[in-house]
Formats: sequence, C-alpha cells, structure tokens
Amino acid sequence: MALANVLQSESVDFSNYGRKCRGFTSSLYETELGLESVGGDNLSFAVRTACSDGDGSERKIQFLHGTTTLAFKFQHGVIVAVDSRATAGAYIASQTVKKVIEINPYLLGTMAGGAADCSFWERLLARQCRVYELRNKERISVAAASKLLANMVYQYKGMGLSMGTMVCGWDKTGPGLYYVDSEGNRVCGDLFAVGSGSMYAYGIVDSGLKQKDLTVEEACDLGCRAIYQATYRDAYSGGQVNLYHVHSEGWNRVSQSDVLLLHQQYQAEKA
Amino acid sequence: MSLYDRAITVFSPDGHLFQVEYAQEAVKKGSTAVGIRGKDIVVLGVEKKSVAKLQEERTVRKICTLDDHVCMAFAGLTADARIVINRARVECQSHRLTVEDPVTVEYITRHIATLKQRYTQSNGRRPFGISALIVGFDCDGTPRLYQTDPSGTYHAWKANAIGRSAKTVREFLEKNYTDEAIATDNESIKLAIKALLEVVQSGGKNIELAVIRRNQPLKLLESKEIETLVTEIEKEKEDEAEKKKQKKST
Repeated sequence: MALANVLQSESVDFSNYGRKCRGFTSSLYETELGLESVGGDNLSFAVRTACSDGDGSERKIQFLHGTTTLAFKFQHGVIVAVDSRATAGAYIASQTVKKVIEINPYLLGTMAGGAADCSFWERLLARQCRVYELRNKERISVAAASKLLANMVYQYKGMGLSMGTMVCGWDKTGPGLYYVDSEGNRVCGDLFAVGSGSMYAYGIVDSGLKQKDLTVEEACDLGCRAIYQATYRDAYSGGQVNLYHVHSEGWNRVSQSDVLLLHQQYQAEKA
Repeated sequence: MSLYDRAITVFSPDGHLFQVEYAQEAVKKGSTAVGIRGKDIVVLGVEKKSVAKLQEERTVRKICTLDDHVCMAFAGLTADARIVINRARVECQSHRLTVEDPVTVEYITRHIATLKQRYTQSNGRRPFGISALIVGFDCDGTPRLYQTDPSGTYHAWKANAIGRSAKTVREFLEKNYTDEAIATDNESIKLAIKALLEVVQSGGKNIELAVIRRNQPLKLLESKEIETLVTEIEKEKEDEAEKKKQKKST
C-alpha cells in the first residue's frame, strides 16, 4: 500500500517511477503485476500487455457508457441512484443490470464503462478495504478507499481499462463521495452524474438541490426523479431505478422502481 | 551454541535465534534513552555521549522526527538507526499520500517492527541493532509511547527506557510513575530528567530532552532549560532530605 511498495523498491528511487508505473514499450514478457504490490500476497493475474494486444483502445467490447449513475451528498448522508440498462449498440442487452456494487457494509461503488472492469476492480478494492480494517482495527476512510482504487487502475492507464465509478460512503469525517475513473481522475465532490444520461440527471438534481437541507425522503425522491428523467430522454438508459442511501450506520437499499411505473406515477401527478 | 549463532536463519535446539539476541546485546551497549507518556505531553530523554573537542555537537542527534506528530529515540548502532529512520520517514509520507491521513503512532511502530522482523528472517542480512522508543499523538489527540526491539516485537508503554542501564531506569520509573508524577507537563519532563539522572554521570550537561505537545511539533529543550530543571530537582531532593531529617529528630 505504501508508495515504496507500489514502486516495488526498498528505497524510494524516483528515477524508476516513470518506467515502472506506466505502459511498457519493451519486452513482451514483462508483465506489470501491479496486484503483487497489493498487500504482498502472491496473487498473479496474467495481464495482456499492450504490445501483444495490438490495438490498445479500439476494442470491440461494448461498454456501459450508455448509462446514468448519480450520487450526491446531503445533510443525512449520500444518495446513490442508478439505472439498469445495458446496451450493445442499438440492442438492449439487459434491463436488469446491477450498477451499484456493494464494496462493504458502509461503502458503495457505482458502475459506468466496462462492467467487468468496474466489478473486478471494485471487488479487489473490497478485499483491500477489509485487509486495511483488520490491520488497523478501524474502518477505512472513503478518501483512502478511493485513493487505493485510483492507484490500482492508474497502473493500467493506457491499457484499455474503461471505468468511471463513484465511491460513496460514510466515515468519521462524515459523508464521502469521490469520482474515480480509469484515466486516473480522482475528484472529491458533492454531486456527480456519470454516463450518457448524466446531463439530464444533472438538470434535475441541480434544480432540486436548491434547498439547503433535504429530508431523507425528499433526497430519495430527487435521486429517483433525476434518473427517471434521464431514462426518459436518453435511449441508452432505462430499466429500473436502484436507489441507495448511505448514512452513518452504513448503506441501505431504499427502492427499486421500474421506470415505466414511475412514468405513469409522475404523469398522474402532473394532471 | 556456537554452531547455531552464525546464520540468522537458524534456530538453536532450545529455540533461540542467537543473532537476534546478540543484536539485543548491542542495544544494551548504546547510550540510555527514556520515554514518558504524560497526559498532554510525551517526553523523550537521551544520554548525550561526550563529544570530542573538535566534533560539532549538532551532528550527534539521537532524537529524530518521523513526521510532525511522531518522533523517536533509539539505543544501539547509530548507522542502523539512520536506515530505519529513513524508511520510517518515507512510510509516514507514503501513508499520507495513499490514505490522506497522518500515520497513527501504532501504525508507524508496526511498520518499523515489521521491517526489523523481515531482517531476522532473510539470509544474507543481519538484524538491526537498535531498539526504538516511538512517541507521538494520534489524530484523536491520544498520546502514545511504543518500544520496538531487534526481534521485531513492539509494545505500548506508559514509560520505558532502553540502552545502557535500562533496567535501573525502568525500576526507577516503576516506582515513580504515578498519576501525580505526570499531572502536569512540567512534572512529566522532570520525571524524565530524574530517571536519566539515575544513570547519567555529571548531571544536566549530558542530557538531551525533547517534548511533543498535542498539535505541536517536536521541541528540543535548550541546555539552559534543562539546567534550570535539574537545579529544581536537586532542590526538591534536598528539601525532601531535610524533611526526613526533621521527622527523624522529632
């Protein structure tokens, strides 16, 4: 976990930093087993190097960029709302995808981009968080958890990972919300929306968050409505709205509402 | 016995790692260091070895900061200590980088202890010949004092001493470490000086003292301050002796 471990050297030698942490242009057999540096266990996951793969970023795997995920902080914690549609081009592959990953009872991660990338790295993050908890006898902070994730994926920067996730939780400094992606961004914030429907979601949440203190019900409703509006206009978002609320005791799943039913409900309200 | 003490990675038939024990002997030859955990202050005191005439005094420092809120004193091989301190300093910053929080005293002690243990279990290396006293405050304001030894074990202490005559000092501390003795910052500092005076020759000149107060960086006491405190202590001792005499005579 320490910088020295990541650099895989006993003494910090900054001359090696650039060479070890980024992509490789040299030998085909050199694999950056970034995972080895994770806790010093003997994990080896064979990683295809950029060379053997040929065309790094132009893969034919369809990613979940078509999505809407949303998280915002408020007085009583963090609301996480996501849709559940997966598309492969114009084909709707699934309407029941779980885009919120439960890292541990007090940390959540959202999924946007490559589903495999998101779920794999967040499960690995869950393992690291648990080890941290055991070693240090206290829960990991949201800042540290998001940092661990960001550092893990940064080692694979340029190698074709696609992941845009929000790490949400509650630690001793209060509610925590970080956006982490495979480009190496890690940003702390009060509100994030990720995916093709994010712009529509932002519109709703930005206007709804005018009041300073929302109650839990109001915040949940806002999150639900924002995702619904995004699914209404964005073809690549739809299915159900999965809503989670993170508070000081941990997270709990508030609701799972089908978008079509929500549509009827909101239409009825307008009339 | 001589068959089993050459290589570090060999146990003796009765379960000793002789190289580690010899390293502990090396520690016992080093100059004394004492650590005291008060209520709002932690104190480190070391016996200053007399400096050669032409030697610059400033370069001989046995108390070092690891971070703003943690510092350590050691007893044993100075060169080994330098390496350990270096690694600990890097780890303190790495921790700040990856976890966005300063280290807890326990964490950095554990790191140093793990480092020392690694050197008792690899071939081609000998153990570090130092014991360390690591003091500081955690984020939540609790003062801490930990001691590590060459075998890689660590324990938390209320007060401890390492190095030459550590046993005598520890016995003194066991007798004199009371809640009253650490009631105020000044009292805790005086307790540290008293403990060191037990074993140090020629008094205040050969004592180096450092304190950390909550949310403040390490402060090395100047020799003048130490002298003042030493005279205070000696005066108290005299007063005590006077009282006892009077009691006896009445």
